[in-house]
This record gives sequence, C-alpha cells and structure tokens, in this order.
Amino acid sequence: MNFFSLGLARGIGAQIIGTAIGVAFMSIWRAALGMPVNEMEPAAVFGGAVGALAFMFGVGALTDWTRIAFGHAVAEHPAADPSQPTWARYFGVSLDHKVIGIQYGITSVLLLCLAGLFALIFRAELVETGLQFLSPDLYNTLMSLHGIVMIAAILTGVGAMSNYLVPLMIGASDMAFPRLNAFAFWVNIPGALLLLSSLFLGGFDTGWTGYPPLSARAPLGMQFFFMGVYIVGLSSILGGLNIIVTVLTMRAPGMTLFRMPIFVWAAFATALIQLTATQLIGLSFMMVMFQRLFGMGFFDPAKGGNVILFQHLFWFYSHPAVYVFILPGLGIISELLPVFARKPLFGYKWIALSSLAIALIGFFVWAHHMFTSGMEEYLRVPFMYSTLLVAVPTGVKFFSWIGTLWQGKISTPTPMLFVLGGIVVFLLGGLSGPPNGTVATDLQLHDTYWIVGHFHDTMFGGFVFPFFAAIYYWFPKMTGRRMNETLGKLHFYLMTPAFFVMTLGQMFVGLQGMRRRIADYDPAQGLSPTHLVVTVAAFLIATSVLVFLFNLVHSVKSGEVAAGNLWASRSPEWQIPSPAPEHNYAGRPFVVVGEPYDYGLPGAVYLQMGDAATPLPPGHAAAPAE
Amino acid sequence: MTISSNPLTAAQQKLVNNRLGLWLFILSDAFMFGGILVARIYLLGETRPHLEQTTGFIITAILLVSSFFMNRAETSIAFGDRRGFLISTALTLLLGLGFLIGVVGFEWRITPFGPGDGAPGAIFYLMTGMHAFHVLTGVIFLAVILRNGLMGHYSADEHWAVEACANYWHFVDIVWQFFYPALYLVGVAVALP
Ligand SMILES: [Cu+2]
Repeated sequence: MNFFSLGLARGIGAQIIGTAIGVAFMSIWRAALGMPVNEMEPAAVFGGAVGALAFMFGVGALTDWTRIAFGHAVAEHPAADPSQPTWARYFGVSLDHKVIGIQYGITSVLLLCLAGLFALIFRAELVETGLQFLSPDLYNTLMSLHGIVMIAAILTGVGAMSNYLVPLMIGASDMAFPRLNAFAFWVNIPGALLLLSSLFLGGFDTGWTGYPPLSARAPLGMQFFFMGVYIVGLSSILGGLNIIVTVLTMRAPGMTLFRMPIFVWAAFATALIQLTATQLIGLSFMMVMFQRLFGMGFFDPAKGGNVILFQHLFWFYSHPAVYVFILPGLGIISELLPVFARKPLFGYKWIALSSLAIALIGFFVWAHHMFTSGMEEYLRVPFMYSTLLVAVPTGVKFFSWIGTLWQGKISTPTPMLFVLGGIVVFLLGGLSGPPNGTVATDLQLHDTYWIVGHFHDTMFGGFVFPFFAAIYYWFPKMTGRRMNETLGKLHFYLMTPAFFVMTLGQMFVGLQGMRRRIADYDPAQGLSPTHLVVTVAAFLIATSVLVFLFNLVHSVKSGEVAAGNLWASRSPEWQIPSPAPEHNYAGRPFVVVGEPYDYGLPGAVYLQMGDAATPLPPGHAAAPAE
Repeated sequence: MTISSNPLTAAQQKLVNNRLGLWLFILSDAFMFGGILVARIYLLGETRPHLEQTTGFIITAILLVSSFFMNRAETSIAFGDRRGFLISTALTLLLGLGFLIGVVGFEWRITPFGPGDGAPGAIFYLMTGMHAFHVLTGVIFLAVILRNGLMGHYSADEHWAVEACANYWHFVDIVWQFFYPALYLVGVAVALP
C-alpha cells in the first residue's frame, strides 16, 4: 500500500507545499510593489492560509464539491475502497458519520494528551518560585497553547460524540450533509497544525483569550494562533449546522422531539450555540489580524479604537462556548444514569428544555468576564443577574439526576463511575461559579488561580469525566469489544482523587493571592508547598490517562468480545449488532412507540424493530419509498 | 410492506435538508455581519465617515436591481424557461460585477482615507470589504450556475443550485441594505484628519 494513498499524508504534503508557495508568492508580490520585504508577517499569514486550503484539496475533502460545481454527478454513499485495509479508512476522507465520529475522537484524545503535556511542563516550572527551566516567553506560550489546544480537543471531542451518536440515536442513515461533515472534521487538522506551529514562530503570550493591545504586538505566532482558532471555529459552525438539520429532518417515524434520546437534545442545544455564536470569536480575531496586517485601528486607542469592543465580541462567543463544552457531557450523564440505575429518567422534558434554556441564557451573560475591564459600569448588575440565572436550569439537571438515582438499582461499571464522578466534580464547579459571577466577589477573584480551579472543575465535570464515560460505554458499539474493567477502574480511582487535590489546591493558592497565567510568584506568599501538591496531582492525572490510553489501544485488538446489548440499554443504537453496521438501520428500521427511558417499568416498549417481514404497527403507516 | 425509515423519497429529503441547511448558514453569517454592525455603532456612534454620496447611491441601486434579475432567473427556470433564466442570470452576474467594481474600483480609490486612518477608516474598509467578499463569492456562484445552465443541467423540477444561489444573493443584498445607511446616511459626517 502506497503511503500517499492515505488522505492524511497527501493533505499534510499539500499543506507544506501550499504554505511554501503562498509565502513565496506574497513575498515576490510585495517586493514587486516596493513594500518592505524584511517584514515577514503578511507573507507568512498568506502562506498559512494557502497551506490550510491546500490541505483540504490534498486530503480530498473538496473533490466532490469541485465535481458538483462543474456539473458532474457524485455518488451518494460511496462504498469503502476494498483494496485498503480497514484502518486506512480512518486516515482519509470517509463520508460515513461513524468513521468521522471516530476520527474526531482520535483527534480529540491526541490533542487532549498534547495539551496536557504542555500543562505538565509549565506546572513543573511553578513548583518553585523563580524560573528554573522555562523562559518567560516559553512559559507564556505553553500556558496559552495548553488553553487553546484543550479547547480544540474538547470541540473535537464534542464532534466525536455528536457525530457518532446522533444519527444512530435518531435512526438516521447518516448525517444530513455527509460531505460537509467530512469537511468539518478534516479542516481541524490544518487548523491544529497552524495552532501548534505558533510554538516555532515566536510563540504568543496572551493566553487563549488573545486580548489586544497585547495581541496586537505579540510575535508572529499570534497570527497563527488566530488563524488556527478561526479554522477550528469554522469546523464548529459547520458541524453544528449539520447536527441541527439532521435532528430536525431525519428522525425515525414516531420519534417526536420529546421521544428522542436525551443526548440528542444536548447535542441540538450545543449545535445552536456553535452555529451562531462562533462567528463572533472569528470576527474578533479577524479584526486583530487586520489591525496587525493593515494597520486598521479597531482596538488601537491612538486611532480612536477601543479594546473593550474586542472583549464584548470575544466573550459573546467565549462564554456560550463553555456550554458547547459541557452541554454534551451533561447529556451523556442524563443518558447513562437511567441505564445504570434501571429507572426512568426523572423529568425528561425538564432536562431537555434545560439544555435549551442554558444555551439561550448563555447568550446574555458574557460581560461577567469584564467586571474589572473598565467597561460601562451600569452593565455590571444586569450581567450579574443574568449569570446567576444560569444556575436555575443547571439546578434542574442536578435535581433530575438525584431523582433518577433515588431508589434505583445502581450498578457501577466503569462508565457509571465516570458519570457519578462527573456529577460530583461538576457540582463543585457549579458551586465555585456564582462567586465569580457576583460583582462584589469577582472584583477580588478575577484573574486569580481561583478561576483556574473553578474552570477546571466545570471542564472536568462537564466534559472530561462524561467523555471518558462515553468512551467506555460506547467503545463496544464502535469496535465490538469492551474495554478492560480493571484498568478502567484503576483509571477512575487514580484520576478522581488526584483531580480533587489539583482543583482544590488551585482554588486555595488563588485565594492566597496567586495570579493566573503568571510564570513566577513571590516567595513571601509561601505558596510553593501547595503548588508542589498541585503539580504532583497533575502528574497523577496524567498517569491515569496513560492507563486509559493503554487500555484503549489494547482493547481495540484484544478486548473481550461484546457484540450484543452489553448494558441492556433501550436506546436504538444498542438494538443493532456491534460494531454498528456500515448502513446503520438499513434492512432493520424501527418505529418509536413509547417513552425512551421507562427502565424498570413492566411492559414498557420504546422501539419496535422491523425487518423485511414485519408489518407496520397501526398508526405508523410510512409512505412507501419510491 | 416494510417499515420505511423515512416517509420522504431520497430526493425530497435532500431538498428539505438543503433548504434548511442554507437558511441556517445564512443565520450564522448574519451573526458575523451583525457583529460588524455592532462594532460600527460601538466605535463610531452617531458619527460617520465623510463619503462620496453619489457613488454610494449608484452602487446600492445596482445591487438592488441585480436582486430583481436574480429573482427573475429563479422564477424562469422554475417555469422551465431556460432562455429567460440564462439571460437573467447573466444580467445578475454583470450587475454584481458592476457593484464590485463600483466599491473596490471607485469608492475605495476616491475615498480620501485608507484602512489605517483612524477607527472610521478601519470600520469603512471592514464593512465594505467583508460585504464585497460575499458579493464576490456570490458572483462566482452565479458564474457556476450560468455555466451549468448553458450546459443544460437545470430543469423546472431540479434546480436547487439556482435556488440556493438566489437565496444567497438576496441575503447579501439585504446585508447591504443595512450597511449602506450605517455608512452613508445615519449620524453626522466627519472628515478624517
Ligand atoms: Cu462566562
């Protein structure tokens, strides 16, 4: 098999060549116009953009659209190339949502590890006061990259869960737009490469928020950070669009909105945020790029610009973004709890609508990040109230989870452990949030390590724990094998206490006056012992993730075979064989005849599976396919 | 009879998806343009840059008229009038090009300030530039459906690409109906230093 028959290899090759051509073209162009050639930034930015586009052509994500534009027909469901080994499908463009979901998942885990590695490096630096082995610039770059690569990892993780699960859960053959789906996945790769290349282009020292005026004069790496985020954001927008259309138009007969598996509601609410709000971070970053490239003075006070405008535009996305990160995870919790408690999900409609409510309220809280920024003072109190309002729909979820667990027949295999861990960790995140949303206390807490602790709670409770739960839970659906339970439990019991030590330590040093994002601190503060404990805890988390990675790789080949409905779930995807067949429900469609979560209720039926010989149940006469 | 997983035919399902998808794309893009409008209001408030009114009026008129022909093109093909469709599409394309030349070729040249000249300059070039970029993509889209129309690819029953192009074109036109007053009409004109 030829190396360049892999789309990924072609894509990266094309990106390198495209970047070189872009840089050369723009340099020559500028020289011809008599502009200063020693100024590399315009040529480098142009090269980066051309390279990303070249990747998309190289990998083959644009081939079909180019053909369509020239009036040629393309195959609707192209079959996988039989000459390629199965693993090779995951390294090239596939239109199958299950392949794309797994591609997202692998990308997410890789980025998660990389971003975690960055954190370990600068955590080690923080153990002692003074600087031991990192320069301040490198510290800043690693700290900033930790943030943004984690965000890319979480967004791809969300993509993994939505793409793999939503079509299976609603009984669709695929996503509404399979080509757009493939495009939205693959564009993450050049985006991530651009982000990482900033490490070698002078880095950037703004943190992931990229505030001007600092970002307007940071090294060249800043521009590659902006471009990378812009491209990953594009993926998020297109992915969200695809989910919304899929959920609205492709549900199985009888599956009304309130009979969908609850995760689909979470994915839907997430997609609404992704579709709309993401544009604003793209715009704010683009405006800083233009300010650097063309001297446009949006955020330059000397030119009549205003840096506060950037923060408004930026946070209009970046607050709702945290709901993009957590809503799917909370959906996973609601999805798995009834399965392992063998009880109906408590308050299904309330849970479904609370996801929408969180997404909606999330659009009106952004300025709580700006209480200390010098923005208009009359904005503070309204944004404080809107922020605290988020606690209401979030509280609805907690009540429902407790109600679901109440008097349930609870079993605790690894996925359930991570669900329960996620609930507790997210509770801590939820309780440490309101002090930041309240003006009076935020004025003290702003930009301290307390915020770091709070944020890691919400991200671990809302994404990391549920994501691991989802992987352990649906791994058999993806591979037909299950992951090792002992190693899974080791992963959980190592990670959870370590995480609590880490996050409580972070909050503690924050309350003691440790500022976030700063490479050094005053020895007189006496924070070194706590920092040491936090760092050790971080390394323990990393160790537990190594256990997970070993388990994952090992189980793909040698895990215990699990082809059936392993968890005795009522959800549609578990009624078909594992690994899920290439064409999902082709040949065995189903109709929805009852409520999704009536676990433990005698005689309750959710789905009626059909096959060629089964007649339609009354009242569900589907039009004959023409 | 078997349980069909979907009561629509494949082609119907695709059209439903495509239509909804395009509206969602437009909604998403509208958030970007909305953000630009917010930036304009935030930075310039009740002032506006001093601009050449005649050019602004002419290019706006050109874009409005182009939407008329775009609509004619779509209606023509929906009624199976291939000739009318081709003529109207070609006219829309020419008017679109006229708008682009008007903005980038004339307006940008005669404006006495550049993108680096203060917040008004930055906002003016951002608004006209981002909009012109969308018009450019619309013109490319028009060129694609014109070419495929000449090859005889569209019929009264199957012309989703034409419908999509028309809806996108109208959207870009409507955006300008917000941008034009925001740049040329509201507030007090101030000359840049
Ligand atoms: Cu926030």
